[in-house]
Amino acid sequence: METKAVGMNLTLKVWRQKDNRAPGGLVEYHVKDVSPDISFLEMLDILNEQLVSKGEDAIAFDHDCREGICGSCAMMIDGQAHGPDKAATTCQLHMRRYKDGEVITVEPFRAKAFPVVKDLVVDRSAFDRIQEAGGFVSVNTGNACDANNILVAHDKAEKAMDAAACIGCGACVAACPNASAMLFVAAKVSQYALLPQGQPEREKRVLAMREAMDNEGFGHCTNEYECEAACPKEIKVSNIARLNREFFRAMVVSE
Amino acid sequence: MKLDSKVPTGPIEKSWDKHRFDLKLVNPANKRKFKVLVVGTGLAGSAAAASLAELGYEVEAFCVQDSARRAHSIAAQGGINAAKNYPNDGDSIWRLFYDTVKGGDFRSREANVYRLAQVSNNIIDQCAAQGVPFAREYGGTLSNRSFGGAQVSRTFYARGQTGQQLLLGAYSALSRQVGAGTVKMFPRREMLDLVLVDGAARGIVCRNLTTGATEKYWGDAVLLCTGGYTNVYYLSTGANSVNVTAAWRAYKRGAAFANPCYTQIHPTCIPVAGKYQSKLTLMSESLRNDGRIWVPKKKGDMRNPAEIPEAERDYYLERKYPAFGNLVPRDIASRNAKQVIDEGRGAKGTLSVYLDFKDAINRIGEDKVREKYGNLFDMYLHITDENPYHVPMRIYPAVHYTMGGLWVDYNLMTTIPGLFCLGEANFSDHGANRLGASALMQGLADGYFVLPYTIGGYFAGNKLAKLNTEHAAFKAVEADVAAHTAKLLKVKGRATPQEIHRKLGHIMWDKVGMGRTAAGLKEALKEIPAIREEFWKSVSVSGSGESFNQTLERAGRVADFLEFGELLAMDALTREESCGGHFREEHQTEDGEAKRDDKNFSHVAAWEYTGEGKVPVRHTEPLTFENVHIAQRNYA
Repeated sequence: METKAVGMNLTLKVWRQKDNRAPGGLVEYHVKDVSPDISFLEMLDILNEQLVSKGEDAIAFDHDCREGICGSCAMMIDGQAHGPDKAATTCQLHMRRYKDGEVITVEPFRAKAFPVVKDLVVDRSAFDRIQEAGGFVSVNTGNACDANNILVAHDKAEKAMDAAACIGCGACVAACPNASAMLFVAAKVSQYALLPQGQPEREKRVLAMREAMDNEGFGHCTNEYECEAACPKEIKVSNIARLNREFFRAMVVSE
Repeated sequence: MKLDSKVPTGPIEKSWDKHRFDLKLVNPANKRKFKVLVVGTGLAGSAAAASLAELGYEVEAFCVQDSARRAHSIAAQGGINAAKNYPNDGDSIWRLFYDTVKGGDFRSREANVYRLAQVSNNIIDQCAAQGVPFAREYGGTLSNRSFGGAQVSRTFYARGQTGQQLLLGAYSALSRQVGAGTVKMFPRREMLDLVLVDGAARGIVCRNLTTGATEKYWGDAVLLCTGGYTNVYYLSTGANSVNVTAAWRAYKRGAAFANPCYTQIHPTCIPVAGKYQSKLTLMSESLRNDGRIWVPKKKGDMRNPAEIPEAERDYYLERKYPAFGNLVPRDIASRNAKQVIDEGRGAKGTLSVYLDFKDAINRIGEDKVREKYGNLFDMYLHITDENPYHVPMRIYPAVHYTMGGLWVDYNLMTTIPGLFCLGEANFSDHGANRLGASALMQGLADGYFVLPYTIGGYFAGNKLAKLNTEHAAFKAVEADVAAHTAKLLKVKGRATPQEIHRKLGHIMWDKVGMGRTAAGLKEALKEIPAIREEFWKSVSVSGSGESFNQTLERAGRVADFLEFGELLAMDALTREESCGGHFREEHQTEDGEAKRDDKNFSHVAAWEYTGEGKVPVRHTEPLTFENVHIAQRNYA
């Protein structure tokens, strides 16, 4: 964490939109003397503090944990979901990635199923509704057997964990040219399909979650692989293959 | 105000069973007649909301995030304790109970902690059944690792993201109920006040964070599952939205606030890097299973760590506490880091110590280390631009958890009838210091296995009048909330809420932080009101009250921290002893360990609000220890 000497001067073009009904547009801001060691969101904080101290409305953006796990900080930075770093959320992106004098464009995630709330904030409640349709194991509190009565092979558990690492940020949707939610749905379906706990509701779950996804207005998957490239948690498209297998299997075996 | 803990008498092993039997029941058909408002959807809130709905209660749940899944429990890393004794290393309910009471420096309620240890095993069963992908052995059984303050391996985990996986488990249970229509979910809502009718909690007033509208909700009981108050220090490992507002407003309506000075400073966090830093990032305690903490033996040693030979390194925790080594409790590890840094022995002269994985990598290989801690190492690299596989991590203590919270009885009810408090927001189980991997355990214990029973006793034992939000009490509270918002918007100064929050944070960290003195606390008690005055003269809250406005949200939370910080400092000044995370420099042993005063301070301090500008009243609940032997904590 050696402090690099000089601060940078940056030009930001930020999407401003008052609310869901108002038209939006890019507004240019200049941020001076930005330390390379601060995070992208801290750079936005500095800009916002300048705006607020002048009595101007701050740029709205979702953020919370600032350590890459809550999935709040959704934004497109120069056309990339969560910006240029691989396997990182916006809050993990640090300004050492940029050079003095750069122009950075910041926009909200764009998808029909993610309407803009304000500025960079979008409504991702469609993900919650997909989860409500079947993203669970139906086991009431108090109904469980001793945990070691359910054996899970180490490798299966690891694979399930790889899928369960999804933070529900929506980068996969924002990166997809069709705004498809297949990677998000695939991650949840895979987690349960790989585990014995998920078996009793295996067919019902995949059919219900697929249907909910379609009802929300997400697009179809055309194997662009953009979702995998944008995913901050490196969820693999092989999960989408599993989702498709699970879906066809359920179509065949369900009554 | 009367503090009746309602702790059952008789043998502690039987207390919870006996109490559950004594609680009156609500028959299944009648449960749907009761509506419960659950504020917060972290581990405690999601677990309670789902479990209550499964029982048949009508539930409405609220969170400030855009989705229940993003509550800050998501960020917990290392693990969750349970007394399963799967590793066959001598664990038991009794040992988990004992370790937790001792770890809390004998300042928690025995009966609560015993119950926590008892239900810990049910939690693991429940979460495994939900499909939480816990780490597994090759035979398919669950894996364990060790955490601080214990000599057994009782911590269950899902890589370095156990909180995420447990929360997603609880969120899946909650989602199932939302889908079934038994829970109504209200995201992007902030509770700004509590509504009392005939002395009982009957509703809340919220700000709809999307539209700015003030909304009223009625219920037969209100559950606060709103987390801790670490952000009173400005910088903490807490998420940006972590706040004391719901608990503070409840306090102002009559709920006692207990032990606010019990705050936890976590020893292994990434050090502060600059003025604009917005939060501190924890490096999980699980790293202390394999990482070794050291500093140079010599003062002012500016060499790179690789250039310092073994003989010139001081593995100070292993040296001073050979029995527990790097796995001493958090308060002890933090204070020792502060001591060696104060001696001028920080890593390359900075405010940090080394957490070194070289020996672990040599012993088990880089791949195995990556499997266990990969996501933590990646987080560290993202933030510091240094690769911990090659150079030792540099770490420093940071505020991480708050043991204090709203006072609750054995039923988790506050001093306001019908207002319950669960998880980190209450005070009950961790005493003056929380052991690692116990927060997840407590949040889920309260939500899945305690509150769903005790709330029935409240409903069955009380006659509650029928009402709705047209009741005059709702209108009055709504007017108070509107006036408070208008007041914030009216100041129109130049200082941002963050700027003033930062000032408060500096005072809290310097004078009410790791080492506290009477003189420093008295200074803080003068300085905090001055900053509060400055806030109300000079804060700038731009934007309008009738729209999405994060500046207004922040300002409201800072305003409450500016009041609450004073109570915290007052509590710290009044508690003339050291215990756990509360370290009064005047009260230490010759070796620099916390020196308790059991004769005068073996009690819970619960503060009662007495009005604007008036000194709150300090009530006490005596703590008695019939099952553990009280002693100076010894980890050597």
